[in-house]
Amino acid sequence: MRDVAVIGIGCSKFGERWDTSFRELFVEAGTLAIEDAGIDGESIDALYVGNMSAGRFVEQEHIGALIADYAGLTRAGHTPATRVEAACASGGLAFRQAVLAVASGMEDIVVAAGVEKMTDAGDSTDVLAAAADREWEGFTGATFPGLYAMIATDYMHRYSLTREQLASVAVKNHYHGSMNPISQFQNEITIDTVLRSTLVADPLRLFDCSPVSDGSAAVVVAPLEMARDFTDAPVTVIGTAQASDTIALHDRRDISTLDASVAAGNRVFERARVDRKDVDLVEVHDCFTIAEICAVEDLGFVKKGEAGMLYEEGQTYIGGDLPVNTSGGLKACGHPVGATGLKQVWEVVTQLRGEAGKRQVDGAEIGMTQNVGGSGATVVCHLFRRV
Amino acid sequence: MTVARFWRKIPQRYNLIGTKCENCGTVFFPPRSLCPDCRRDGKIVDHHCSGRGKVVTYTVIRTASDQFSNLTPYVLAIIELEDGCRLTSQVICDPSEITFGMPVRSVFRVIAEDGPSGIIHYGTKFVPA
Repeated sequence: MRDVAVIGIGCSKFGERWDTSFRELFVEAGTLAIEDAGIDGESIDALYVGNMSAGRFVEQEHIGALIADYAGLTRAGHTPATRVEAACASGGLAFRQAVLAVASGMEDIVVAAGVEKMTDAGDSTDVLAAAADREWEGFTGATFPGLYAMIATDYMHRYSLTREQLASVAVKNHYHGSMNPISQFQNEITIDTVLRSTLVADPLRLFDCSPVSDGSAAVVVAPLEMARDFTDAPVTVIGTAQASDTIALHDRRDISTLDASVAAGNRVFERARVDRKDVDLVEVHDCFTIAEICAVEDLGFVKKGEAGMLYEEGQTYIGGDLPVNTSGGLKACGHPVGATGLKQVWEVVTQLRGEAGKRQVDGAEIGMTQNVGGSGATVVCHLFRRV
Repeated sequence: MTVARFWRKIPQRYNLIGTKCENCGTVFFPPRSLCPDCRRDGKIVDHHCSGRGKVVTYTVIRTASDQFSNLTPYVLAIIELEDGCRLTSQVICDPSEITFGMPVRSVFRVIAEDGPSGIIHYGTKFVPA
């Protein structure tokens, strides 16, 4: 297998992009990534696109071809373009497909992209419920926030996590997001903002939940041996891992543990041969505040039940022992579902290149991403190192 | 939901008929046609679940999809049946009543409607036992 490096990154502004269509969104991030890599369209061997539900959000399927078309890749090269889907982990999965294609030697220069246009849909709560078990969860009236709320209820019953500690996840992510120019929310909030916001599904309130967003992100990968031809600052992908679990929350071994996160985390650290203490920053899937609490535990950074104190001590802020979601996370940066996994890669690469400006983690050498599909049925993890 | 999709699961939705692997004895509700432990060595047969169980975890849904928005706030829970399997369902009780380990029993109720002229989805909810 060949070593794989990231040679180009691009991310659109995340938010309510009323004036921008699905295909325009994609072109925005794709163009930025291609320019960043300094390549032209003809040199792209393949394209993988993460997208959860264009069929429901904008009534469009056949996304691979649409994107190849509007990215201008159907003239000379007739570049193969493949959509991959794993609900909210679609972006991470698209990135993994691109890494595998290059690592295998099958392709040289591959673009992984993610895009979601959510604000055109009427009932986005129902669309998102399709990430869980429609037949035996959605049918009964389960919403997506409702499933994570049941995780939060279970977690808070079994472990010491205060409502304030849980809220501090959102406070921290808004603070980080306020320093990220592409972030959907640029405002700082307080614990009170979270605790006074409206209840969505007890105990989760509006400010515990990631928003409905439009956005796209794209990343160009190439064999490490070719990377220096394109960039002075290649970032190596030192580990890729993916794991599956039951589609329904009720079938899990433990309600408050995402076993797929544990499995993908263990695999990626084994493959990369690095320790958890070597990680300088991690982008985790905080679709809800409780998800970030579970993530830092399930990935092995702290023991189960101990994340609350980590947050109370402020260790997950930039400058702390373990900066988590320096981009603002899904909560503040926004969560255009299919794009999120690629935005995580964009943030980690930006940090490892030392280009993160006000939110830069000093001396960052190793970064990690964790992208979750559904209530934990798919988890994709990657580890990156500055060359 | 189309009529066929609803109709083919009527035994499960109305009567909590799950499945059981005769090889390892595990009961599945929601039903599975392949035992995840025994896989092809398993022998799957129908199994009538008792309809009695206890609350494992819960929430109160305040914001629902359009189809359920007329019901809010409603209690949603993961329930462990006496048969050992777990499922997600609504519990008909005051939101302040729901607790961990609360004993519940199944009842037959309207779940939702496909608009004013569509099919009515009946199914199982739970009440305090």
